[in-house]
Amino acid sequence: MELTVSPTEGPLLAVSDLSVEFHRKGQRPVRAVDGVSFTVDAGEVVGLVGESGCGKSVTALAITGLLPQRGVRVGGQARFAGTDLLTLDRRSRRDLRGREIAMVFQDPISSLNPVVPVGVQVAEVLTRHRNMTRRQARSTAAELLDRVGIPDPQRRLKEYPHQLSGGMRQRALIAMAVACQPRLLIADEPTTALDVTIQAQILELLKELVQEIGTALIMITHDLGIVAGMCDRVNVLYAGRVVETADRRALFAHPHHPYTVGLLRSIPRLDGARGERLTPIPGSVRDLLPWQEGCAYAPRCTRRSEECLDGLPALVEEPDGRAYRCIHPERAGGPTRDTVRVGA
Amino acid sequence: MATEPAQRTSPPGPIGRRRAERLDRLAELAATPPDERGESLTRETLRRLRRSPMAMVGASIVLIFVVIALIGPLLTPPPSWLPLPLYSPIENVGLEQIRPGQIPGPSGDHWLGLDHLGRDELSRMLYGARQTLLVGVVATLIGFTAGAVIGGVAGAAYGLGGRIGRWIDSILMRFIDLLLAMPPLLLAFSVAAVLGRSLTAVMIAVGVAATPIFARLLRGSMIAQANRDYVLAATSLGVRRPRIVLSHVFPNSLAPVIVQATLTLATAIIEAAGLSFLGLGNPDSRWPEWGTMLAQAQAQLAVQPMLAVYPAIAIIITALGFTLLGEAMREALDPKLRR
Amino acid sequence: MTRFIIRRLLQVIPTLAALSVLLFIWLRRLPGGPDAALLGERATPEARAAIRERLGLDEPILVQYGRYMKDLLRLDFGVSTQTQQPVIDEFLIRFPGTVELAFTALAIAVGVGIPVGYLAARRRGGWLDNLVVSGSMVGICTPVFFLAFVLKWVFGEQLGWLPTFGRQSPGINATHVTNFFVLDGLLTREWDAAWDAFLHLLLPAIAVASIPFAVIVRMTRASVLEVLNEDYVRTAEAKGLTDRTIRGRHVLRNALLPVVTAIGVLAGALLSGAVLTETVFAFNGIGRFVYLAIQNADYPVLMAFIMFIALTFVTINLLVDISYSIIDPRVRVH
Repeated sequence: MELTVSPTEGPLLAVSDLSVEFHRKGQRPVRAVDGVSFTVDAGEVVGLVGESGCGKSVTALAITGLLPQRGVRVGGQARFAGTDLLTLDRRSRRDLRGREIAMVFQDPISSLNPVVPVGVQVAEVLTRHRNMTRRQARSTAAELLDRVGIPDPQRRLKEYPHQLSGGMRQRALIAMAVACQPRLLIADEPTTALDVTIQAQILELLKELVQEIGTALIMITHDLGIVAGMCDRVNVLYAGRVVETADRRALFAHPHHPYTVGLLRSIPRLDGARGERLTPIPGSVRDLLPWQEGCAYAPRCTRRSEECLDGLPALVEEPDGRAYRCIHPERAGGPTRDTVRVGA
Repeated sequence: MATEPAQRTSPPGPIGRRRAERLDRLAELAATPPDERGESLTRETLRRLRRSPMAMVGASIVLIFVVIALIGPLLTPPPSWLPLPLYSPIENVGLEQIRPGQIPGPSGDHWLGLDHLGRDELSRMLYGARQTLLVGVVATLIGFTAGAVIGGVAGAAYGLGGRIGRWIDSILMRFIDLLLAMPPLLLAFSVAAVLGRSLTAVMIAVGVAATPIFARLLRGSMIAQANRDYVLAATSLGVRRPRIVLSHVFPNSLAPVIVQATLTLATAIIEAAGLSFLGLGNPDSRWPEWGTMLAQAQAQLAVQPMLAVYPAIAIIITALGFTLLGEAMREALDPKLRR
Repeated sequence: MTRFIIRRLLQVIPTLAALSVLLFIWLRRLPGGPDAALLGERATPEARAAIRERLGLDEPILVQYGRYMKDLLRLDFGVSTQTQQPVIDEFLIRFPGTVELAFTALAIAVGVGIPVGYLAARRRGGWLDNLVVSGSMVGICTPVFFLAFVLKWVFGEQLGWLPTFGRQSPGINATHVTNFFVLDGLLTREWDAAWDAFLHLLLPAIAVASIPFAVIVRMTRASVLEVLNEDYVRTAEAKGLTDRTIRGRHVLRNALLPVVTAIGVLAGALLSGAVLTETVFAFNGIGRFVYLAIQNADYPVLMAFIMFIALTFVTINLLVDISYSIIDPRVRVH
């Protein structure tokens, strides 16, 4: 099924009002994603940031069609190059995956088939989508492994995942993802399970590939440091909703939403005074229960007021591309000032 | 309060004693697997069992079976004030109705008909429940006891005996593994062939065949428990070893054993029937037992096939009941399925 | 690898030795004494004297044990009291029949069991799944010989679709080369004999297959369910691979690993099933022979059979260990 390609008109990926509800037998439905909207332009690196459980992974799975079919209800739109992915039939989605849209997941050891050689796992993407013969696929696989920085790729082709180090496994998975030069790459916490030194290497690799291939990248992470180093634009998620969208510099310099502010403030600083107390955000992300009406962050927010509980805060969009959902946003003055307005 | 070093030995005086008690109680709380409702393991398991249809069906079958086993012999023959068509299971009450090539089926006087010697089939079925239950229980007990001894020794040796202990454990386990490699029926067959043709031989044989499973289970359970975090935590808090073993390790090891015993009961009955069929059971067929009844019905298959069907169905349903209950218990205890 | 094998073999020897001792003790305590027991009913005084001489029953016990072990190692188990033929010969004649039966049963259990288990897992909660779960439980709780009865009665006597007696119909004149009747028929190009033998295999094989089938279906289903939740299946889906590739290379290749390890258990179930089923169908294999041995107190045969079981399953256990290390690259001895 050929997709009409409109590279210059509009964003590559436009997610509007995406919602995902999980229905388990005997339990109340859970809204993991509740009206998420964001866009990704061709070649752009967009970050989806939030704590565990905020729905960022589920968003990615919904877009690519990897959620289970039973017990899951998906709403909204996800337009990829003009076509709504959510209304596509299974076969078309399957054709797109691996070829136009690829994913890299968090845990490299469990994401690789333990009883199949690595070379085969890379080559199968090539034989499937680029119609290569086995021999062509094998040699291309070796090239790919080399490109992602795996030494001695010919030998690695025959090895099994458990024989590779964590970093190499993730590189192999990245090789599989970029094998067909997809237009969109989604990386879901690709470095969380790796050692710190390897993390940097993997991120470097991703940056190189993105520039080289021109693929757009959605970077899903909870680590603001990664965001700062890689993303052009950032979406901050909380409880299944996007609470702030901003250009990278703008977000770090002037965060608006209290949650973003809290996140930035809770990072310990190297240049902070000795003995300075850490400032975590009070409370925790509870189980995703259906919320009572109102802003989901209100229970933990230091700036909340009565109106915050009245209804979902409207999305405020600013001309410079900024967007946020808050009726008491932090204004210019930055994250170090703490204005508390509670009550009445 | 001034900081004092943690003491393992019981300190003198009332203060020390109080401290030890408080520590023990703390250890108890720490040792209980966390659960959002704060229930004990037993109560939570019972609750989940009550909700499971498999458990309920299994438990009902088992209950009915046990009841019949208990009162069956009291009803055959029934007391005079109970007008039921039941008779003594060993009396050939309908002998005159037996002809070569003809065994009467169900009738008003005999709801399940007669067997090949003119005895009332229904009475034999009801009476046979007790013997069948006995076979299952005794065989399981033998298997459990022998297995507990071997497994317990192995586990204890492993945990307490250092290098020699581990060596003992590995020798024992090698032996057990070999027994496990043999199919239970054939293992029981071998034992029974050696012991001679009697029901006792069959029970012992089936028990021996079940031993390796219990041995493995208990040893594994003991070793796993000893390494669990909560035991380490309790020890570090100063709770004394025997108390740990008695109040925490042992009850938690018990659960899988109960599950296994239930499942073994089911297979014991079936294996015993198989052994009887092969001719290893009691050649005297006077006192009924479902397995022997099924085995002997083979000879009458052409004349009255139902004589095989009644005991077979009874065995199948009973074994199914125990199996359902056992599987339900296993699911209820499985921490992975616990939410 | 060879070191691994040798080490396992060495560990096995003490148990087999212990078993031989146990059997030896049993032999000496048989009713009437070993000489009478080994000869059976046709024990003439001369024969008894000869046996006493041969076994060295008047010699010290260690000498007796030595002779006993020597015989054992030469595979001399004595003579069957039923047929007066060497036990080992009788075994070799009847063994192929049981093997054919077991093999056919295994083919049925695997050929039907794995697909059914896979489908049940794929459509979890569907009617097939529920049927499989409850059916396999009932299957395990049904005595095999009763199932054999039922099959014989329904398909043999009532419907008359399949033969129920023996390994070959009386009318057929077949030449036997290997004693694997179906194979023989194929080898000698006696197609009707081969087909006839095959038909005779079917009903007993279905009965024997019942327990392995239940085991395979449950295991496959459970294993596939587990594997379907694994991350690497998600990766495979994310790569957009075809259903067939995912099923074959990613799901089944992992899901079937535990089933392979169950082969040991399955072999046990097959042989047990054969022993229980052959009698019902008068199928002339080891199972029936042993049944008759029990009825006729044919101790040499029984002893040989016990030794045979031990040896067989120890070997199977070892083979499974080795094969598992071959199949699962993670286990391979580094």
